[in-house]
Amino acid sequence: MRFRVERDVLAEAVAWAARSLPARPPVPVLAGLMLSADTDAAGRLVLSSFDYEVSARVEITADVTEPGVVLVSGRLLADITRSLPARPVEVATDGAKVVVTCGSSRFTLLTLPVEDYPTLPEMPGASGSLRGDLFAAAVGQVSIAAGRDDTLPVLTGVRLEIEAEKITMAATDRYRLAVRDLAWTPEQAGLSAIALVPARTLADTAKSLASADKVTLALASGGTGEGLVGFEGSGRRTTSRLLDGEFPKYKSLLPAESASVATVETAGLVESVRRVALVAERNTPIRLSFSGGEVTLEAGSGDEAQASESLDAGLTGDDISIAFNPAYLLDGLGVLDAAYAELRFTASTRPAVIAAKDSMDATAGDDYRYLLMPVRLSG
Amino acid sequence: MSRSQQLDRPGPPSGPPGDDAGCTVLHIDMDAFYASVELISRPELKGTPVIVGGGSRSVVLSATYEARRFGIHSAMPMTRARRLCPQATVVEPSHSRYSQVSAGVMEIFRSVTPLVEPLSLDEAFLDVAGAVRRLGRPSEIGQLIRDRVADEQGITCSVGVATTKFVAKLASTRSKPDGMLVVPASGVVAFLHPLPVGALWGVGEKTEKELTRLGLHTVGDIAHTPRSTLVRALGQASGAHLHALSWGRDERRVVAHEPDKSIGAEETFSRDVDDPDVVRRELLRLAERTAARLRTAGLAGRTVSVKIRFADFTTITRARTLSEPTDVAAVLYATARQLYEALGLDRARLRLVGIRVEGLVESESAPHQLLLGERAQGRREVEQAADRAARRFGDGTVRPASLVDPDRSTGPPE
Repeated sequence: MRFRVERDVLAEAVAWAARSLPARPPVPVLAGLMLSADTDAAGRLVLSSFDYEVSARVEITADVTEPGVVLVSGRLLADITRSLPARPVEVATDGAKVVVTCGSSRFTLLTLPVEDYPTLPEMPGASGSLRGDLFAAAVGQVSIAAGRDDTLPVLTGVRLEIEAEKITMAATDRYRLAVRDLAWTPEQAGLSAIALVPARTLADTAKSLASADKVTLALASGGTGEGLVGFEGSGRRTTSRLLDGEFPKYKSLLPAESASVATVETAGLVESVRRVALVAERNTPIRLSFSGGEVTLEAGSGDEAQASESLDAGLTGDDISIAFNPAYLLDGLGVLDAAYAELRFTASTRPAVIAAKDSMDATAGDDYRYLLMPVRLSG
Repeated sequence: MSRSQQLDRPGPPSGPPGDDAGCTVLHIDMDAFYASVELISRPELKGTPVIVGGGSRSVVLSATYEARRFGIHSAMPMTRARRLCPQATVVEPSHSRYSQVSAGVMEIFRSVTPLVEPLSLDEAFLDVAGAVRRLGRPSEIGQLIRDRVADEQGITCSVGVATTKFVAKLASTRSKPDGMLVVPASGVVAFLHPLPVGALWGVGEKTEKELTRLGLHTVGDIAHTPRSTLVRALGQASGAHLHALSWGRDERRVVAHEPDKSIGAEETFSRDVDDPDVVRRELLRLAERTAARLRTAGLAGRTVSVKIRFADFTTITRARTLSEPTDVAAVLYATARQLYEALGLDRARLRLVGIRVEGLVESESAPHQLLLGERAQGRREVEQAADRAARRFGDGTVRPASLVDPDRSTGPPE
C-alpha cells in the first residue's frame, strides 16, 4: 500500500474516524484504525474504526499508487497527523510496518493483524435526510438534558421519534426534559419509527456532520441492522448501537396550561444567573421572584455569602417565586438560541417550561420546550 | 452504659460534704439506668437481681446492683450472666421508655443550668457556676438534683462534684450507687494518686499494658514520671495528656449541646454471619433505625457510610456522598446496599455491620431537587407516617415486611 495526501485532509479524516476509539479497548485490535487504499477512479482512501458500539467510516480522495489495507493504532496516528508540518504526507507499508513521511519527518508504526479486525456493521437503509446544521442545532438542544448516570442507561439516550415529516427528539435525566420537533425529508411517505440513541454519540456525530449539506439518517426497521442507527454526510458515515429499554412516557409531563408566563431577554438572564449563582454552593438553588415587571434573582443564605440582582421581565398571570438548580437553568437558557426566553409556571413545586421567543411581543415557538423541575426550598 | 458502671461495685452511700468552693463541674450518672427504669414498672423486682438484655443480642445491657454482686456487668454475654446468676430476672429492653426517662432527667438538669453536656442517655456534665447564687453551693445543687431525679423520675443517680470534668467523673463513679462525692480543689491530688492507671481518661487496655510494662501502676506513679519519659513511651499527645491528668489538670470545659456530627446505628450479630441475605436485612433494619433517628432530630445528611467488621475484628468502612441530604430509610438502604455489594464479599464471615450518616444539616433547611413526575406523597411521607405510628403504638409498629419476625409477637411492646 502506498498513497499520498495533503496533511489537513488526512489529519481531519483520521481525527474523525479515531474520535470514538476506546481508550482501554477490550481487545487490542479494537484500538486500531483501518486504512484501505484503492486505485479505482481518482484514488480513494477509506478510514474506519469500530468498537462494537460505534463504527465510523470516512472516505477521502488520495493519490494512491499501490492499493492495500492496514490496521494501525488510531490514537497514535491521530496524534501524529495532527502534529505534522503542512506538507503532503506519504504513507506506505514496509513489511509488517507502516511508514509515514512528511517533509523530513518520518514515523514507523507497527501494524495490527487485519484478519482479526471485526467487520463493520452494514449501514441500515436510508430513512430520510435533513440539513447538517439544523440537525446539529436540534441535537444540541436536546442532548444537554440526557442523564450521565450509567446505572440508568435508558436516560443516557435521546429518543428519536419519526412520524412522517417530523422528527421529535426527547431526553431527560428526571430533573429536566428537553423536547424538540424538527422537519425532515423522509425517504418514503408515512414512515414511523422510534429509536433510543446514546446521547453522547448522537451529540458528537451531529456536531461532526454540522457542515454537511445533507445528513442521511438510517434506521433499521426489521431484518438486517436491527438495533442500529446510521448517519451519513460529506463522505462520513457512522453507526451506533441503540439503547434497549423503555424511555419514560414524557408527554403527560408537559403542562397543558400555566398560571404565570414571563418573558425575559435571554442573554441578560443568562448573565445574571451566572453572576448570582457564584454564591450558590453545590446543590443550593437560585431563587427567582417574578413581580411587577421584573424578576429578582437571589442565591445564598443568611449563614453564607448572598447575592441578588433584578432585571426586566414581562409577566402575565400571578406573581411567582420559584427556585432552580442554576446549572440546569443555564443549560436550558444556553441552548435556546433566541433573543427572548418565555418561562411558563404553574406552581413553585411544579415543572417550569422554557421556550424561545424572537421578540418581547412575539408568540413563543413550540418546536423546542425545556421542562425544568424546581428545587423545593424546605424539607 | 457507661464504663464506670461496668467496673463499679456498690460503694459507700456518700462522701463527706467537703469544701466545694470552685467545684462547679458536676458529673451525674444514673445508677444501673436501664435496669432502674424497668423496676419502675415492675416494683416487685426491687431488691432482686435483674438483668436487662436478651433477645438475639445476647449481651447484658444493664443489671441491678443485686445482680452485679454475682459478677454480672454490662456487655457481658447473656449466656455467661445467666450461668453466674440463674435466679436473676431477665427483662427485654424497652428503648423508647429509656429515651423518655432520659429526656425527663435532662430536663431537670437544664432547669439548673443551660450548660449541660450529655454524654449518653444516662449521664451528663453540668457546669453550675452560674447557678450558685440562685441555688446554693455546688454540693447543695448536686443534692437538689438527686432529690428531684428520685422524686420525678423514680430512679437514683450518683453525682461527682469537682473542679474539672475528669475528676468529677471519677468522683461520681466512686460514689455509686445513689451517692455524691465532692473532691475539693485542694484534695484532687490526694484523691487521684492512689487510683489505678486505668482510671485515667484515655487509658484503655493497650495503654494500660504499656504503662504496666514501665512499672507504672497508679496515677501517682504517672505523676512522678518525667513527662518526657511518658511522651517517649506513649507518643506526644497521649504522654502529655496523661501527665496533665495525673495532676488533675483538665482544660476541657462543659459544652452545652454538642451538635451531632453524625448519626448511625450498628449491630453486632449474635453469631458471625456469612449469608448476604441476612446482612442485607440487617442493613435495612439499620437504615430504618438511622433514618428514624435523623427525622427525630430534624436532621438530614449527605454522606452515607457502611461499616463492616469481619470475624477477625478487621474493620472497614466505605462511604458515598449523595447529591443532596436525606433522612429517608429507602435512600440510606439503597446506598448502603450498593456500598456493601461493591465490596464483593464472597461469604466472608461478618461480626458487625453499621450504617452512619454524616454531613448533617437541618432537614427543614435542606433544599430538595424535585423529580419530574415525582409524587407529592413519596417514600419520605410513608416513613413519616410510620414514625407517627411508632410514637403512638411503640417502635416497630410499622416496618418493612422483610423485617417482621414471624417467631416473635408483632404486638407493640409494653
